[in-house]
Amino acid sequence: MTEFLLAAALFVLSTVVLGLVRILRGPEDADRMLAAQLLGTGGVASLLLLGVANGLNAVGDLALLLALLAAFASVAFVTGAKRPGPTAPIRELDPDDQEAQERT
Amino acid sequence: MTLALTLFTVICVSLGAVFFLAGTLGLLRFPDTLTRLHALTKADNLGLGLVVLGLLPQVAWPLGALKLIAVWLLALLAGATVGQLLGAAVRPQPTTLGAGTAPAEGPAP
Repeated sequence: MTEFLLAAALFVLSTVVLGLVRILRGPEDADRMLAAQLLGTGGVASLLLLGVANGLNAVGDLALLLALLAAFASVAFVTGAKRPGPTAPIRELDPDDQEAQERT
Repeated sequence: MTLALTLFTVICVSLGAVFFLAGTLGLLRFPDTLTRLHALTKADNLGLGLVVLGLLPQVAWPLGALKLIAVWLLALLAGATVGQLLGAAVRPQPTTLGAGTAPAEGPAP
């Protein structure tokens, strides 16, 4: 049973590493944040598997902490990404206004 | 009885690993940010749930199992919240979709 759980943890971790390719390829920052979210969930799963396989109860606390930190990271990303949102239409309108103002 | 529990663990953990693989493939192969979000949040939380369900017979009953379930519930809550927040931040600005509800400024109260 221990070998199976370790193999499952390794498999989940390898899928997470495969998903991290999205950080390299992602066209937008939100895609990279999705890969980080995958790292959080898959890391929690592999930590739980490792903890049960080795009989270490403290690894469950690590899994809790990782889930909490992944949620905080995503919330911080969203609060940071919302700031350019209302100004984006203004940026689209800005070149016309600035050019018009500079010409006059 | 022990054999049945072991078999239950093997089946559930394997299914969870398959769902993790599905979430990763969806994250890599889907064409859009919103579809990637859809694949990731659902498949990964289901995979984590199956892994936790499979690990339940292997831990001490009252405290270890409740702790596993608590980890899964926290991951579910965080995944749902983050999915909604990211979807609201990523989606195209709804200026043409109906101006009556004013949905541009974040989620509804």
